[in-house]
Amino acid sequence: MSDTLRPEDQLGGGLPERAPPPSTVGIQGWMRENLFSGPINSIGTIVAIGIIVWLLPGILEWAIFDATFVGVDANGDGSITRKDCLVENAAGLMTLEGACWVLVYVRWEQLIYGFYGSDGSIWRPTIAFVGLLLAIAPLLFDKVPFRRALLWFAFAFPFIAVWLLGGGEWKLSSVLVFYGLIVAILPLLFDKMPGREILLWVTKIYPLFIAFLLFDAILDTLLGFSIWNTLLGPLAVWEFSPLPALAEVSTHKWGGLMLTIVIGMVGIVLSLPIGVVLALGRRSTMPAVRLLCVIFIEFVRGVPLITLLFMASNMLPLFFPEGIELDKLVRALVVVVAFSAAYMAEVVRGGLQAIPKGQYEAADAMALTYWKSMYLIILPQALKIVIPGIVNSFIGLFKDTTLVLIIGLFDILGMAKAAVTHANWIGLAREAYVFVGVVYFIFCFSMSRYSIWLEEKLNTGHKR
Amino acid sequence: MAKSTRKTTTSRSSATTRSQAAAKKAAPKAKASNGGSAATVPAAGMAVTDEVAIQVSSMNKWYGDFHVLRDINLTVNRGERIVVCGPSGSGKSTLIRCMNRLEEHQEGQIIVDGIELTNDLKKIDEVRREVGMVFQHFNLFPHLTILENCTLAPIWVRKMPKREAEEVAMEFLTKVKIPEQAGKFPGQLSGGQQQRVAIARSLCMNPRIMLFDEPTSALDPEMIKEVLDVMVDLAESGMTMICVTHEMGFARKVANRVIFMDEGQIIEQNEPGEFFDNPRSDRTKLFLSQILH
Ligand SMILES: Nc1ncnc2c1ncn2[C@@H]1O[C@H](COP(=O)(O)OP(=O)(O)OP(=O)(O)O)[C@@H](O)[C@H]1O
Ligand SMILES: [Mg+2]
Repeated sequence: MSDTLRPEDQLGGGLPERAPPPSTVGIQGWMRENLFSGPINSIGTIVAIGIIVWLLPGILEWAIFDATFVGVDANGDGSITRKDCLVENAAGLMTLEGACWVLVYVRWEQLIYGFYGSDGSIWRPTIAFVGLLLAIAPLLFDKVPFRRALLWFAFAFPFIAVWLLGGGEWKLSSVLVFYGLIVAILPLLFDKMPGREILLWVTKIYPLFIAFLLFDAILDTLLGFSIWNTLLGPLAVWEFSPLPALAEVSTHKWGGLMLTIVIGMVGIVLSLPIGVVLALGRRSTMPAVRLLCVIFIEFVRGVPLITLLFMASNMLPLFFPEGIELDKLVRALVVVVAFSAAYMAEVVRGGLQAIPKGQYEAADAMALTYWKSMYLIILPQALKIVIPGIVNSFIGLFKDTTLVLIIGLFDILGMAKAAVTHANWIGLAREAYVFVGVVYFIFCFSMSRYSIWLEEKLNTGHKR
Repeated sequence: MAKSTRKTTTSRSSATTRSQAAAKKAAPKAKASNGGSAATVPAAGMAVTDEVAIQVSSMNKWYGDFHVLRDINLTVNRGERIVVCGPSGSGKSTLIRCMNRLEEHQEGQIIVDGIELTNDLKKIDEVRREVGMVFQHFNLFPHLTILENCTLAPIWVRKMPKREAEEVAMEFLTKVKIPEQAGKFPGQLSGGQQQRVAIARSLCMNPRIMLFDEPTSALDPEMIKEVLDVMVDLAESGMTMICVTHEMGFARKVANRVIFMDEGQIIEQNEPGEFFDNPRSDRTKLFLSQILH
């Protein structure tokens, strides 16, 4: 036989390119491959379609076709209530047929801003929200127009946001603590900025200053004597606004989605770096550092968030002197950040453990210092591995913010609950909770999609 | 204060760059026939100075109770190329990893480039800046491109401007014959290419000493040669090299001295010709018969 073969047959090759078989392309191919590839898959597909066909019409009818969207003061009493959603049924009774979205329409301001509007103007949180989007964009995506400028803005944004949302006048010490932070961090972020040498001094002095203030506060509590107040005299109690003055809006007026975003964002932004530091601390070769980190992580993880919030709101004040009252929101933020940082630390530790020893050795061998090798080599890889875990924590954190309800802060869920207990809106719990659910879903689902996109983007093909 | 030491080392390093470059130009590329065209330069043809690069004296190391290195005495002169061989577990890797303090020794002295290795982190970093290391499994940074792998240490340790670091990196990538891969990630390269990148990455720091820990033993046979070729070139340029390897052809070609280790001790050392043709100890003979069969 072999002598009848032509040379190209023996060598292989020379075959013309062909289109793929029709059953693998197009909608038909896709369906065959994904929905009906085998008996089990086919049954699953049919069951799923059945469920959709069974449920969807009812849902659509309730949520859209039979629903009332805009309140038309039908009974002419001047206010819009659930009555405006009632329709006459076959028996001649007035009932709710579909969803009464009028609730959301009427209560929109409270759901989004809480009671902010009663004291300040809601343009402030609105602008802050737009600012938030502008600040996040360059951090999430690296192909944003004006990225450099936006990054600067992102850095300044937390400080702007506090002023914009809170307003009011501050004591000198608060201004120094808060706005000193921006100056202290700057030279660490930018290697080649002008005047870096001088700013580095601020960086060095800042922690000492904080330690001094803490010490001073303890002194004040125990002995009723404060070095700071004595030294500065009237200057210590003088209050001013570091940025153009805005009316103060106390944090217990904050609420609704705005509060959810504030707590969620602060938690997300702070829990990752703190979690990374805790994770590194837990793997430190210094026993004292390691022990501290282990105690913190295990304590916080061992106690439910609700308990921690309760402790922060009811027990913490016992440790403070009469006059000093720590803001309720600040207490909630501290607890949320601590809680999610502890979880984050364990997620990050998982990533650190997955990095081969050779990476540490290569970094060491080229004389990189500990922090540089962590920052340049270990963390980028470790964090990339645990992106799903990190985002999972973020999503959990975002949803856990609803728990602040129990210490008397009204986030979007709290506002919804308040709305449906009002006489005007009796029986509309479904609408309120569906709305809140949809809002949460939008945020959490976006985070999830972003993490998938990011993983894809960071894939450098070394998983072989 | 850390700043000032950095500055001085930077200036020193650039000075050495220039002097080395000058030396390279001045050195005549004497090629002597050593049987066949493949063998290029005889070991004796490359300048070995009297200056001591590494001095290990009465050094002992333990892993817990396990006495892994026993009374090691070794002097490496500048320009010398040393091949270390021996059975698995004999402590070869441990020995060269002690030389840049990836491992800590418990007794004796190791002086590298005039600096004694102790717990002093600054001294350790000073040594590591001058000592390059190439690992068996390359240990490239998978999240960085080839070029970034090469420029990372010059930029962050030597404080070299990015542009200059990239130029230097491209020069060395050209030397190891893969400049066209600069933009790729390590995961997209073959093993041999990755190891050549690892060598280039070390060279970008302009080290005075290079340590190799079995650089070819994780490679497929057809890739071993491309890596060895690069190492031969490096040897010809007068680099002080210590290589743990079982590539006996390479040892014959470039080594000044072959060191045989077993059970944590240096059993025998000699120039390659003598070492391979007239091994003195029985253990060496047994070992050579096993790897050369
Ligand atoms: N971190 C460690 N802890 C305990 N024992 C170790 C450690 N590293 C190596 N050893 C032991 O020390 C001995 C020497 O190891 P080393 O890696 O130096 O050997 P080697 O000569 O390089 O061997 P190979 O040719 O297999 O690479 C081995 O017996 C090994 O089991
Ligand atoms: Mg080894």
